[in-house]
Order: sequence, then C-alpha cells, then structure tokens
Amino acid sequence: MTVSNNKLYEDNKFEYMVQQESNLESALEMGLTKEEYNLICTKIKKIPNKTELGIFSAMFSEHCSYKSSKKWLKTMPTEASHVIQGPGENAGVIDIGDGLAAIFKIESHNHPSFIEPYQGSATGVGGILRDVFTMGARPIALLNALRFGSASKPLTKHLLSGVVKGIGGYGNCIGIPTVGGETNFDKSYDGNILVNAMAVGLADKDKIFYSAATGANNPVIYVGAKTGRDGIHGATMASAEFTDSSSEKRPTVQVGDPFTGKLLLEACLELMNTDAVLSIQDMGAAGLTSSSVEMASKGSLGMFLDLDLVPTREEQMTSYEIMLSESQERMLMILKPGSENKAKLIFDKWDLDFAVIGKVTDTGRLVLNKNGFEACNIPINPLVEDAPEYDRPYEIINNKKIIDLNKIVINKTINEILVKVFKNPNMASKKWIWEQYDCSVMGDTILSSGQSDAAIVKIHGTENHNSLGKGLAMTTDCTPRYVKANPFEGGMQAVCEAARNIAASGAKPLAITNNLNFGNPEKKHIMGEIVGAIKGISKAASYLNTPIVSGNVSLYNETNGNGILPTPVIGMVGIINKVENCLGVNSEEGNTLLVLGQSEEFVEGWISSSIYQEIINNEFDGAPPPINLENEKEIIDIILKLNEEKLLTAAHDISDGGLLPTICEMLFKNNLGIDLNLPDLLSKKDSKDILLHSWCFGEDQGRVIVATKNLNKVKLLLKKYNIKFFILGEVNSSSNLNIKNVTTISINDIKNLYENTLTSIMC
Amino acid sequence: MRAIVNISLKQGVLDPQGQAIQNSLSNLGFNNCNNVRTGKQIILDFQDNDEEQVFKETEKMCETLLVNTVIENYDIEIIKEI
Amino acid sequence: MRSGVAIFPGSNCDRDIIVAIKKITPKAPLKLWHKDTEFPNLDLIVIPGGFSFGDYLRCGALAARSPIIRNIKNHVSRGGSLLGICNGFQILIETGILPGSLIRNKNLLFTCKETILEIQNTIKSPFTEGFQIGEQIKIPVAHNEGNYFAPKPLLDELNNEGRIAFKYVKGSDFDNKVAYNPNGSSNDIAGILSPNGKVLGMMPHPERAINSLHGGTDGLRFLTKCIEHIVG
Repeated sequence: MTVSNNKLYEDNKFEYMVQQESNLESALEMGLTKEEYNLICTKIKKIPNKTELGIFSAMFSEHCSYKSSKKWLKTMPTEASHVIQGPGENAGVIDIGDGLAAIFKIESHNHPSFIEPYQGSATGVGGILRDVFTMGARPIALLNALRFGSASKPLTKHLLSGVVKGIGGYGNCIGIPTVGGETNFDKSYDGNILVNAMAVGLADKDKIFYSAATGANNPVIYVGAKTGRDGIHGATMASAEFTDSSSEKRPTVQVGDPFTGKLLLEACLELMNTDAVLSIQDMGAAGLTSSSVEMASKGSLGMFLDLDLVPTREEQMTSYEIMLSESQERMLMILKPGSENKAKLIFDKWDLDFAVIGKVTDTGRLVLNKNGFEACNIPINPLVEDAPEYDRPYEIINNKKIIDLNKIVINKTINEILVKVFKNPNMASKKWIWEQYDCSVMGDTILSSGQSDAAIVKIHGTENHNSLGKGLAMTTDCTPRYVKANPFEGGMQAVCEAARNIAASGAKPLAITNNLNFGNPEKKHIMGEIVGAIKGISKAASYLNTPIVSGNVSLYNETNGNGILPTPVIGMVGIINKVENCLGVNSEEGNTLLVLGQSEEFVEGWISSSIYQEIINNEFDGAPPPINLENEKEIIDIILKLNEEKLLTAAHDISDGGLLPTICEMLFKNNLGIDLNLPDLLSKKDSKDILLHSWCFGEDQGRVIVATKNLNKVKLLLKKYNIKFFILGEVNSSSNLNIKNVTTISINDIKNLYENTLTSIMC
Repeated sequence: MRAIVNISLKQGVLDPQGQAIQNSLSNLGFNNCNNVRTGKQIILDFQDNDEEQVFKETEKMCETLLVNTVIENYDIEIIKEI
Repeated sequence: MRSGVAIFPGSNCDRDIIVAIKKITPKAPLKLWHKDTEFPNLDLIVIPGGFSFGDYLRCGALAARSPIIRNIKNHVSRGGSLLGICNGFQILIETGILPGSLIRNKNLLFTCKETILEIQNTIKSPFTEGFQIGEQIKIPVAHNEGNYFAPKPLLDELNNEGRIAFKYVKGSDFDNKVAYNPNGSSNDIAGILSPNGKVLGMMPHPERAINSLHGGTDGLRFLTKCIEHIVG
C-alpha cells in the first residue's frame, strides 16, 4: 500500500502500518522463534508484512499447530467401524445406528477463565457448542470437567463461583442441558484452573457438514455477530500504537453472547436443512485466520477475502485485527453459487449479519484486500504443512513406591476416616454446582449429575411402542494424582474409569474425546507426562475399542514454574438401546449389594496414592493402583450382560475413596442401611485396623458395586462367566451401615456431610 | 454525603445487552439511535463528610468489589448534599 | 383443540411444550413467530420458557414489546386461554396481562430443582378445575428470576379473589432434589391467574415432567387436565 497524500494517509494510518514489512523483532514479539521467522521468509519468498506475519504466528501457535504434541497425537487410535469422522474436523462423529450420528468434542478455556471466570467459561461453552453445530448437529447435552486450587482459598471461591455462573449463564440461556461433568480441587491448580467444556450433538448420518472448501469461485460467506477487537493478544502489536487517544487498555477478554449464539444455532441448522451449504467452519481460536486457512487447505484450494466487507462493530479495524479477532458467535461458510439470497433471508429472519466477503480460488493462496489495497498474499500450504512439529525430549518419571501397611501406625476409626472422606470437597456432593445448571431443558434428560455414574440423554424421536427410546450416555473422567505418579497407568485409568462409568449407567462405551491439560512441554518431565499419558490412553482405548475421535491440547498451564497436575480428561460417549434400562447409583430396600471384580480372598486394598493415604499423610504419595485391561473389559461386559437380563437395580463404579464411600453413596438417596459382610480373614479386626481400612478405602481398579433383587440369577451368571465377586449384604431400612463387631455408621450423618460440605465452603 | 458510581463496559468490549436493546428499539421504530451501550449505577451514602476521604474509599470499593476492572470502567461522582 | 406456541428469538422450551401437547391431543400446536400479526383464532396460546431476547434489559421486557403481543392481548379479550411458563410468565408480567413482578431469586443463584405445588382454592379456571383443592403435583423449576414480588394490597387482592393458582409447599415426599419455595416468592406463590381465570403465569415447567424416567408425569397430568377443561 502506498500513500500519495496526507488525507489518505490519515484515513488509512493504521492499515498502512500493518502493511509494512515486518522484521525479526516483530516476529519475536508475536511469539515466533528466529528459525520460524526465517522459514516463513524462505517459504513465501518475501519478507511478510505485519498482517501476513500475524497470520503465520497464529497458525504456528501451540494452540493451532499442536507443535509440541502432534508427534504423539498421531499415535492415538482413531478408527473403528463405528467412527465416521476422527480428529481433524470441528468435532468427532460416530455412528449410533438408525441413520443417526453422535457428534462431540471437549475443549479447554483455561486461561481466559482464570482472567475473567464468568466470560471465560461462558465463551468456552459457546465455542464448544459451535464446534458441534457447525457439523450439522443439534447439541443435546453439555458436560464440564473443572479443576480448581485449594478449596479453602478465597480466590478459589471467586473463580468457582464465576465459572459456574458463566457455564450456567451460557448453557441455560441457549437452552442446552448441562447434564454432567466433574469438579476437583488441588493446590496445583491455584494459579491455573482448568475449564474443559464438552458438547454432544445429534445429526442425521447423511447430513454431516465438513469444513473443506470446494469449487473455485464459490462464494465465501460470513455470518453471525460482528467482529470487534476481542481477544487480540496485547503482547503482539495491536495494543500501544494502534489504540486511539483512549487511555483504556485494550481488553483481550472475549464476551460471550448466548442469545446471539442461540440465534446462530437456529439459523445455521435452518440453513443446513436446505442444500445451500457446501462447507462450514466455526471461527474459534485465531478467528477468521484459522477458519479461512483450514477451509482452503483441506480443500487444497485458495481463498480471496475482501476485509472491507466483514461486518465490524468498531472503527478503523486493520486487516491484522480483523484476521486475528476472536469475537464470538461467528461462522464462515461456502455456499452453492446462487443460493446466497435464500441463505440471507434465513439470517435476516434471525437478525444476524450475513455478508458475502470473498470467494474460493484455485491459486492455493490466501489473498486479502483492505481499504482497496492488497493486505496479504501468501501461499496457504506453508501455513499448515510447514507449521513446526517438535520432537521434544521427554523423561517419564514413575513413582514406584508401595506403601507398606505394616509400617503405618493408625489412630483413627473407620467412622473418623469416613467423616474425613466426605469433608473433602473432592468427595462431597457437587449439588451446589449442578443446581445452577439447567439439566432438563429439551425434555430428553433421563439421568444427570449425581444420579448415576454417567449422564443419560434420550435420543429425541426414537420412542416407539415397545421402548421409550435409545439414549446416549456421557461422562468425563481423570484422576490427575494417578497420572502424576505414573503417566502411563494414569492415562489408562482415566479411560477405564470413563468406560466403567458408562457401563454402570447401563450403556455400551463407544468413543472418546480428550482434553490433554499439562504444564510446560519444554520441561523433560512434563513432556514425559504427556507422552506417558498419551500412550496409556491409547493402549486402553484400543483395548476397549473406544477410539479417540476429537480432542484438544492445553499446555503451559504453569505459574511461577509450578505446573498443574497432569490432567488428561477423557470425555466418553456410549449408547443404551432402551433408556428405561438405564442404571442410577441409588439402591432400594431389599436389594443385595455385590462388588464385582473382587473376591472373598481379597483383603489388602491398594492405598498408595489413594484418598485414604492423603488423609493419613496429608499428601499424596506412591504408585497408583495398577490397571488390568482384561479385568476392566470383563467387568464392563458382565454389567451390560446382567443389565440386559434386567437383573440390576443400580450400579456404581468404585473409584476415589474406595469401597466403603461407594456403598454409602448407594444408600444416601433413600436413607437406607446395610449389614456389611466382611471376608473371613477380616472378621476379627477392630475399627482402627489398617488391613480392614485398606479393604474399606483401597482404590483397586476394575470394580463396580451392583444392586440386585435377584441374587441367585446374578450369582449364576457371574459364575458362568467366571467373574470374581463378593456379596456385601442386603440393603435394609435402618439408615445404618453396620459392620458386625466393628462399628455402626449413621448414613444420615454421613449424608449430611456429603451434601453440605461444598455448600458450606461456598456460602 | 453520597457517592454515585457509574459503571460502563470498556470501549471495545462487546455489549450483547446493548445490541439486543438497540435491535428492539429499531423494531419499535426508533431508527435514529445507532448505538446502545448499557451500564449500571451504584449509589452509596456515607456518614463521613470529608469529600476526599469518601472519594478514596469509593475508589477502593470499586477496585475491590464494585467494578470488574478487566472489562469495566467507572467514574465516581460525589454529591455533598443529599 | 386449536393451540399455538408463541416463539421469540431466545425461546428455548418451545419444542418441549409442543412435544408435551402432542402427547395429549392429536392436533399439533401452531408455531407463532414473534413478528406474526395474524393467526387464526385459537383455544390456547402458550408462551414457553427460555431467554427471549437474551433476557437483556429485564426478563421478558423486549419480548413484551414484540408485534405478536397485540394479538395475544386480543386473544385474551376474546376469552381465549393463555399459559405463560417461566420466561413466558415473565413476559406476561412485562405486558401487564398479569400483575406484580418477578425479581432475582433470593439466593441470587439460577436454581434447577424439583418443587411440590399445592393447588389453591381459586376462581373458576381451566387451569385448576381438574384438581382438588390442596392436591399436590411435583414440577421442576429452572430459573434465575422467579421470585414473585407484589405490594401487600395486590397480594391480598390475589388471595381474596382466588387468583393464586398454586403455592410451593414442602409436600410429603420431600427429598434432597426437591426445593421448597426455591426463589423466595411472596406467600410461596408459584403461579397466578388473571381476573377471568383464563390466563395462568407459572414459574415451574410442567412440560418437563412428562416422562416416568425423569421428573415423573405430574406435568403431563396437569397439562392434560388443563386442555380437557379448555376444550370444555
């Protein structure tokens, strides 16, 4: 851009500045390395201007390029006969029969939620919903995996309260039920909370929309909200010299607008019902840059955009700002030529902006016009294919320590331990949180938070004369302390626990979306956590035939050199053919409780790295409980088998806290009791005996407690399939958990703690 | 003595509420207005009559509680006689 | 029965109430768009829950100024039945069709819980006729601004005229999923009627209690009786 006179210069000053050649200094400011800058100059055969460089810096960022993790992500299992679309699109797609597909993904909004908890979490929810409906699916459920710092800190309360309000603020308003998720507290998240939002949607299998651009000269359409300067990172160049006289610091916080999100959802789905849409992509991170580049790159084509046609809500936005803005509720689409008017009518109806801003080209280049001048002209290939991929050095550190029961002196009774367990906000009910979420809008929720191990949502319209319909089961799981102690085992555990939860709700596990949250990958031991966890997840996912179909990586979760606990969250989806067969956790009077995966001979529980071990030592230590994939699969299969025979009333997987807290949770709802059987070897022990404690609170994996009205038939099947089991006792109306000759525990007292611990922290 | 705190969104921060109101206004025929920004006002009454002191205290309240300074601006108006 | 569901940008329980009505009567409700100024005479119009216009400015305020409202008022003056659920109730208040106001929940939190409603002794109304006085139904709420507030004279008037349709009560099968007066409403009010009994505004969502597996079927029973008495 050349400027011939002063007036023209004044009107175009800011744009003029971004169209100037860049230098190494500006590249470094944008977070690129010297090597990356030199590579860019070589590949595009010129020195990029600042807009062009900004586009490269966004595409080369960790967020867009996955440069530290790509090498390992490629090794994950992503295929199975029921997978329609694996990673690489806006979300993963699986076949769920009847011509339907489930479309789902999990994504993090960690840092923005720490800066501004309400808006950060709200835009996280909005973003993940767009990922799902971009593919043609109507979202039917939301889940959230949240991690906060120590519950006792005032900052934690502020963040938790804001995040929960933000998630509810967006989800409740747009009218999609929040049905599940998990919330944990650990001091390692004090300076880096995790907010991972998962959305699940439904679409017709033959009406799924992808992002690859097609057909040169086809029109490129911008729809949704207007573009502002939201989320343009101050660290780059937009700030100082480009702000006008205002002394306000440019906010980099994106503001969520669930109302516009709802309009965009309805308008897009309405348009997708016509034949107008050829391809579509959500404008998420790096906004117009990543959406246009990804669409063009996937279609091996080019794109021309006239940025003067982009609807903006602020004055004098430059090409750099328009391309890098992260304003929410926007989409980029390629339409069948001639269908623009039909499409525009739909967007007018919903009061949304609709603008033809360019066209697909066959040049393989991204060309941008601004103020009548060419603001960018670069080849698209290097933006994607030459994005760096690092093979970072790693070291997997495993804690091999096994706590020796004989060396522990314990002075607490079982009752005292149980009180401590449920006073722990990680173990207590999260009722205070989920009551702020609308869990029943859309009318298809069957089981939601707190009722079952996995949420169940009916598939709308599948009811018929002999069934209330099919359902999707969904859960998120991860036990970060296990991953820390042994990344590989911890990775496997997260997958197995998710699968167990799906099965314990009566559904068959199908596929995974994962959110890999870690610290700084440039540190060897952190990279080791990433590599180990990915290998563990991969091994378990392969074995259980639950491939990874979508996901997200969030790295550099560190403050002052302190990284978070490694937190590879597994979001899993499963299917149940008749929702009336779903299983909750609440047992009924007269049921017999059995633990599957554990026999009479089992007496010494695994306490290393357990909640119990933390209670007695104040800090987690030791190896995590080992995973046996064969056992895990057997347990999942037998639960599904027992449930198919309609023999179960309830089921609950044993995880954090071990056997005894799990039994309590199955008695709470109906204030019931049980006379608990002990293995013979433990029958003479007292309430402070460490071996008995390990049986009660050990966290051995591969176990599920089931409640049945039909003990004999269950026993027959368990014997037939050679499944280890132990009969815990019959559920009675006494409201007491009675361990003969050892202790009696009041279920009401424990339930009060369970239900009020978090509320009393938050109120 | 009274302090009035006017809180507005910082320039450039999306104001969905303002936009929705503007749309409805134009649907009702008010087409002359081309931008709506919303804010809120908080009125604080003090026993103290030291203007400087009240201003300082109000400012501190704004920074610690009343205003989300990540996305909001504020100004303080002091009224001596209520 | 001819029914219609008024849909505003941001309504999100429109599908749910349509599903519920279709379970009761074979004729699907008409979908009425907020800009519609003409539609056939109907027996029942439902204004569903949601966040019309994002609930910006005040809940229901922008929806209450939409073109369709004039027709809804005509429908009411013709003696048609009108049911506002949750955001629909808020809209009815903003239009002035029902009196009082709905303010922030007392605990300042969005609250999604089951509630037990007790049918009150009311004027003749299709919405309560099918029930015994004192009968209880379990219906969930999900809202942020459902705290019914009115000056004392208005509360007395509603009470004396038999225009309080139902109140939140503790009920007999109270458990931890059930909330008694979840929002702090004056006199535990959960729903009120117009002077002619033909308009009901209620915060709880009957359309979310139509499934034996989730939330029970009291909502279906309620809507069925309403429709029976509207058809007459």
